[in-house]
Formats: sequence, C-alpha cells, structure tokens
Amino acid sequence: MTKRPMPQFFEPDTQDFWDATKDEQLTYQQCNLCDEIVFTPRARCTSCGSDDLARKISKGEGTVYTYSVIRQNRNPAFADLGAYALAYIDLDEGFRMLSNVVGVENPLDDVRVGQRVRVIFEKQEEGEYLIPLFIPI
Amino acid sequence: MAQQREAAIVGIHEYPSRYAPDVSAIQIKATSIKAALDDAGLQWSDIDALYDAQDGEGGGGLGLSAYLGIKPTVIDTTQVGGSSYEFQAAHAMRDIAAGKANVAILSYGSKSATLRTPIGTGGATRSGSWSANMEAPYGSTLIANYAMVAHRHMHEYGTTSEQLAEISVATRYHAMRNPDAVQAMTDLQFVGVNEITVQDVMDSRVIADPLHLLECCMVSDGGGAIIIASKEVARNTKTKPVWLIGSGEATKYRENAGDITVSAGAQGAPIAFAEAGVNPDEIDSAMIYDSFSITVAVCLEDLGFCKKGEVGDYISGGRMKFDQHGGPALNTDGGGLSSNHPGMRGMFLLLESARQLRGESTSQVDGAKLAVAHGNGGLLGGDHTGGTIVLAAD
Ligand SMILES: [Zn+2]
Repeated sequence: MTKRPMPQFFEPDTQDFWDATKDEQLTYQQCNLCDEIVFTPRARCTSCGSDDLARKISKGEGTVYTYSVIRQNRNPAFADLGAYALAYIDLDEGFRMLSNVVGVENPLDDVRVGQRVRVIFEKQEEGEYLIPLFIPI
Repeated sequence: MAQQREAAIVGIHEYPSRYAPDVSAIQIKATSIKAALDDAGLQWSDIDALYDAQDGEGGGGLGLSAYLGIKPTVIDTTQVGGSSYEFQAAHAMRDIAAGKANVAILSYGSKSATLRTPIGTGGATRSGSWSANMEAPYGSTLIANYAMVAHRHMHEYGTTSEQLAEISVATRYHAMRNPDAVQAMTDLQFVGVNEITVQDVMDSRVIADPLHLLECCMVSDGGGAIIIASKEVARNTKTKPVWLIGSGEATKYRENAGDITVSAGAQGAPIAFAEAGVNPDEIDSAMIYDSFSITVAVCLEDLGFCKKGEVGDYISGGRMKFDQHGGPALNTDGGGLSSNHPGMRGMFLLLESARQLRGESTSQVDGAKLAVAHGNGGLLGGDHTGGTIVLAAD
C-alpha cells in the first residue's frame, strides 16, 4: 500500500473536497451567479468574486492534457515508487486537476497526451482520506 | 510613448564563487553590495533605496538595513521567485523617476550548493496551503512542472528534444568562454567541463520525461548586487550607465482550459517593449531565465522573438550563439544551465545584460546596444511570474 502524504488542514478551502474522497466522490465548484467552474476549491468565484459556490460531483472522466514521467523524487513517500506519471487531467465538466495516471504497465509507453482516463480512489497506509488517481478508460 | 532614460545600472558585481561553504548568504550580499558600489564609485552612505527579496539569514527590508547600517527611505521587499530582481528593477525605475530614490541597491546571496538544496527534485515541501494540498499527494517535483510544459509543446507544435537541446548547446558554448562559469562547473563536479553537442544532451539521463540532465540548471551557491541610480547620479559614476528603458510584470497560474505553453511573459513583455519603444528584432542580447531548456523556448516565443509554436525551428542551427546572426545572443554568461543558479537567477540576467551593454561580456556581441532580461519565477506550467526589463547602452 502506498504512503502518499495526507492533506493538512491549516487551511479550510480544500476540506470539503477531501472529505468527499472518503465517499469516493470527486467534487468541484460552480458559481451560482455566473456559472464559472472553480477548481481547485476556494472561497470565492474566480470570475465574479461571489461566495455563492455550489459543490458538484464530477463523473470522474476526462482527458490527459499533459504529463511527465518522473524518474527522480527525493521525497521519501515517492522515492521508491519507480517511474510514475504526473499529469494534468481535463475533467469533462471543465476543470483541470493535477494527479497521477496509474494502472499502466509502463508509464513511459502507456501514458499520452489526449488519453481518456477515469478517476479511482486509492486508500493509503496511513490517513483517512482517499487519493483520487486516474486510470486509462 | 517616447523612450525615457531616468534610471540606469551604474554598478554591478557577481559573486565569483559558486561553492562557498565558508561564508553566509548575507555576507555574500554585503560583499557584493560593497563591490558594486566600488564599481560605480559610490559610497556606502549614498544608498537611499533598498530592494530585497528576503533572502539571506536575517535579511529582508528591515534585517538587511540593520546589517548594513543604512537608513534607506524607500524599502521594497518584492519576492516573486527567481524573477524578483526584474520586478525590483522595475520598481526602482519607477521610484527613481518619481524622485523618491537616487541610489538603489538590489542584492542576492544563496547557499543552495553548500546546503544541498534539492531545488528540482525535492518535491513539494510547503504544507497546509490550499494549493499544496492538491499537489503533495501526487509527488509533483519542480522539474515535472516544466516537463509537462515541454510535453504539451511537443504535442501541439511538434517541437523535439533535439531542438530544445540547442539551448543547452549555445549556453555551454558561452559558459566555456567565461572563466567563472568554467570554475563553477569544475567546483560543482560537472561530468564534462567542455562544449557539448545536441547528441550529448540527448545521451544524458532523463530526469523528468522529456527533460534530460543537460537541460536542467545547476544548483550553486552565489549571489551579486546591482546599483541603480538616477540620471543625475549616473552622470558622475565611474562606469558607463546602462539605461533601464522598459519594464513589464505579470503572473500566470494554472487555470481550467488554460494554455500551459504560454508563460506570464506573454502578458508582461509587450508592455516592456512598448515602454522602451523597441521591437524584439532589435535586441542584441537576450538574457532569459534558463531554469530548464523549455523555459527559454517558451519565453522566446512569449517575448516575440518568434511566433508561438515556432521556437523549435527558430533555435535550430546555433542561432542563439553570440557570434551568430539572425537572433539575439542568448545567456552569454553561460546561464543557469552552465554558470550560476543558486535559486533566483533573475539577478544574473540583469548583471550580464549590463556587461553586454558595457562591452564587458566574455561572449561579447559586437556593438551591443539593446538587451532584454526576462525572469520567470515560480513554476512554469504551474503558478509563476514573469518580469521583463529592456536595457539600452549609453
Ligand atoms: Zn461567479
């Protein structure tokens, strides 16, 4: 089982997002006034400044916008992971999220820009929150 | 807008050592400030404006004033990453033109090599911020943010690793003519202290796909200082003034549906060129923040040296070397790739621009009259700043 670091809530903005992961829900915000999609989570709309933001549940499907296969990370939580793919995922609802593309044999050959992916939730060795990751559809 | 010449770089110093275990960062700053004042022929007591990126032990607007024993009446502590010095130079121009300052100091000191700071591969260390919570679980490293820009650029425009390698090749070509850069590469135990080829870059190991080791900046100690003075002061300094004639500031950050191949420079650089009243094709020397090859590639486009997506062809064939025509000379000190990168390289972009326009570079462009210094701070591909300064010879 992996040991990805848990979010730390010295800040309140991402609390709801992470709480929802415990129910395997990927959530984003949408402004009730101007319809702007807001991600990552925060207190006010990035288009109009309103704090009237609705929380929505994503279907969890999207497209790899770009990625990099990381060969070297000195952070102990990732040092032993081997090569892994960091990626920006454009979710179909219109928000972009940083994550990893996993569930592939060799990330160097099996991850590409434009690839369709869907979310999975990974339980960690320690900590209550599940980490949203993406696998090819 | 008519070009204004209100403020000039009149004194410069680049701390020569890139491995300095026996001094502190604030000592590097103070030593560099004294050397830059000496270069200008100005006195410690002439300083009336302090710009500081809050680096060095106990530094900052207050701490550095106290350490130096000065009482400046303009204090600016802009800290926006590696481009902080372009932002500070912009503010010094503004403050001097407004009559608020006459002799401004900008300084930098860092111990990244001695402290073995893993700048590129250390992963997220900030915890408890709203953005860190969305990054830390994914093992995002600094370099991976740049690598993701490179992949998208390749996908959209067909740019190749071989093309990006041209940036490393030109930069090393310049570094080998700079004795301080040669010493830096020696002290930091580079595998080969010699000119390199595109193939050498391709053969170096991949750190974060698609970026190779020889496309990554070094991690050094170092620092420097710059004195920016009013035109009245500049009349009587020892050196030829290097005029600051245009500035631009901008931010860029991750956005839903945003274009990751466009940097903050696309917003700020046109403002700087317009203020200066010059076009990119008139520029003799381009000092562009080379944290990685892709940073330079993207910024060359965003500064208007070529169109978005065309940088691969633009940089091919050694066009960026100081003795080639058809484009500006790039990073003629040897860059962050091969001369000096303690973490905030923006200082050195201004220093080498000044050397070019004073005719003192080790890779001197004949008759250089116009230069641009463009710093990119933070993470290309993530949240970052772009600071552009256009400079002119006297
Ligand atoms: Zn709104």
